[in-house]
Amino acid sequence: MDVLKIATAGSVDDGKSTLIGRILYDTKSLTSDKLEAIEKTSKSKGYDYLDFSLATDGLVAEREQGITIDVAHIYFSTAKKSYIIADTPGHVEYTRNMVTGASTSQAAIILIDARKGVIEQTNRHFFINNLLRIKDVVVAINKMDLVDYSEETYNAIKADFEELMAKRDYQDQKITFIPVSALKGDNVVNKTDKMSWYTGPTLLDHFEALDRKDIFNVGTPRFPVQYVIRPKTDEHHDFRGFAGKVYGGELSVGDEVVALPSQTRSKIKDIYFYDKKYQTASRRSSVTITLEDEINISRGDMLVRAEDLPTIDKQFTATISWMDSNKLTPGKKYVVQHGVNKVLAKVDNIHHKINPDYSGIDTDVEGLGMNDIAQVTFKLNKPIFYDKFKDHRTNGSFILIDTQTNSTVGAGFIS
Amino acid sequence: MSQDTSHINALENEAIYIFREVAAQFEKPVLLFSGGKDSITLVRLAQKAFWPAKIPFPLMHIDTGHNFPETIEFRDRLVEELGLELIVRNVQDSIDQGKVKEESGRYSSRNSLQTTTLLDAIEEFKFDACIGGARRDEEKARAKERIFSVRDDFGQWDERNQRPELFDMLNGQIELGQNVRVFPISNWTELDVWSYIKEEEIEIPSIYFAHKRKVFLRDGLIWSHSDYVYQEEDEEVLERMVRFRTVGDMSCTAAVFSDATDIESVVEEIRDSSISERGARIDDKRSEAAMEKRKQQGYF
Repeated sequence: MDVLKIATAGSVDDGKSTLIGRILYDTKSLTSDKLEAIEKTSKSKGYDYLDFSLATDGLVAEREQGITIDVAHIYFSTAKKSYIIADTPGHVEYTRNMVTGASTSQAAIILIDARKGVIEQTNRHFFINNLLRIKDVVVAINKMDLVDYSEETYNAIKADFEELMAKRDYQDQKITFIPVSALKGDNVVNKTDKMSWYTGPTLLDHFEALDRKDIFNVGTPRFPVQYVIRPKTDEHHDFRGFAGKVYGGELSVGDEVVALPSQTRSKIKDIYFYDKKYQTASRRSSVTITLEDEINISRGDMLVRAEDLPTIDKQFTATISWMDSNKLTPGKKYVVQHGVNKVLAKVDNIHHKINPDYSGIDTDVEGLGMNDIAQVTFKLNKPIFYDKFKDHRTNGSFILIDTQTNSTVGAGFIS
Repeated sequence: MSQDTSHINALENEAIYIFREVAAQFEKPVLLFSGGKDSITLVRLAQKAFWPAKIPFPLMHIDTGHNFPETIEFRDRLVEELGLELIVRNVQDSIDQGKVKEESGRYSSRNSLQTTTLLDAIEEFKFDACIGGARRDEEKARAKERIFSVRDDFGQWDERNQRPELFDMLNGQIELGQNVRVFPISNWTELDVWSYIKEEEIEIPSIYFAHKRKVFLRDGLIWSHSDYVYQEEDEEVLERMVRFRTVGDMSCTAAVFSDATDIESVVEEIRDSSISERGARIDDKRSEAAMEKRKQQGYF
């Protein structure tokens, strides 16, 4: 059984919280005390239906304004899978939350109100999911009950969306259209008899059917060293283990590896997970590796297979998503955190802004404001070891940290 | 290697990664230990993260003085067996120093008083990272919590202005005086924790298993009969088979009727349960936003 993390995107009033509430309700994931609380609050607000958004909007300000402000994580499981839904707000001003939610997700739901069809917001939601290279996207056309479950309406929206798909950068992204009514529960978890013209799976069935190859990319193994373990006890006197997480592929005992940046070669001697030795360290496992030779490695260094070197460079160009109210301008310095490695970076050049609604680029740019997406070149004070984002989702991404406020102010995807 | 075949293993790998980030990014981390199942799980994960070295930070217990005695015995034994350093700070001291005032009446509890004692201890030891066992599935304000959650000089949580967390990159950069609350099992559910305890054969305090206890009923909840819990004269003491699903103070933790005397039956019971874990937390019933308010003030 796997964990599948799904990011959701929808505009205000598209019914995103209702959809999530519906999934929880129909999979019997809402406990009776939570359901009771929802019933109580719905009633006190004078609603004659259950307001499922109350299950997800956790902050006082959210409940007051009836909107979702921050990414919330919602958990449920079926016999097949464990699910985490990242409920990301869809307002224009909260693009950063969508990028954040999508960055840790393997699948996404884009919600469209059947009465409104594809709107400017839809373009943005799709753009971000495509930029983040989410492998599996469901376009859920919601509120079908309000358009008389019309096949014609569904087909028209689908055709509009397909026009957008032609413009996308990441063409291999798999996209599935599903007509639903979150309020009535049609095609969310349970099949409906109201749309006999639709023969595809329900939303949940679609996700249940995904397996590992549908959601994960296979790349080359990268092992950024997080921490060096030196117990200095009598029993483990000479133990020098490199602790970290394996990304993109597998590493095995006997593999010839190169330590970066020193470019020293060695072989993997042992792979430990806790006190047990293993022959292979699988993708995303947090292991401790020892080497045949004693070489100098510290946090931020990287072990890679000798035949599979990443790019080692003191500059790179990336698509960045700016998330701060202070502007990014050429010449400014930031900390680039690339995995567990940190280097100082200077903005060398902002090439152009990319309009996330697919309306083109803007080359006359002086600086970047909150929610801008742009192509930027950075110069670094030390080389980093990176892959292109399209080849390696982990080793091709980074965050930007403001040196004054220490805040995370942007995310980048190396081109 | 069979490590990432199950979703529990995926969560375990994620938690180990977070522990290592804490050790690498901070100078004075501490693990907040309550003696409950979540913090016991944290200790096991920390052991795994740093083996064969010892856990490179101490544990700290903010003791309300109203704990279940079984929890305290368990705590002391665990620390001794693993050779860990344990710091204890007492809510009673904060009361004696006049920093907080004991609540009175029917629903009095020392639960929210812990915040002051905790913040004082953080300042005393200059801790820059406090590792806790909170989970996002527990409560809806916690669902918005980051894995590295920055607190200001007053220990407060600014929920409207949190740092975005992208991929698995954790930004632990802070200013002097600030600290970070770290939640390695953010993405675990209650059932995940129990399944892990079962799979790993982790020892937990006996009160998590069904036992005979003197209790009384109020507001549909089962309260422990104890010196620490205010009880009306007409609230009748009963002896029943109960267990605890969540363990805080005796004054804020309600029991559930149960016959689950071993870990297998506990996991079974949780899987079939239709009530959430915090449904038995008297402290959360105070209002819809009870947890959010406590968190803003610096609570765990």
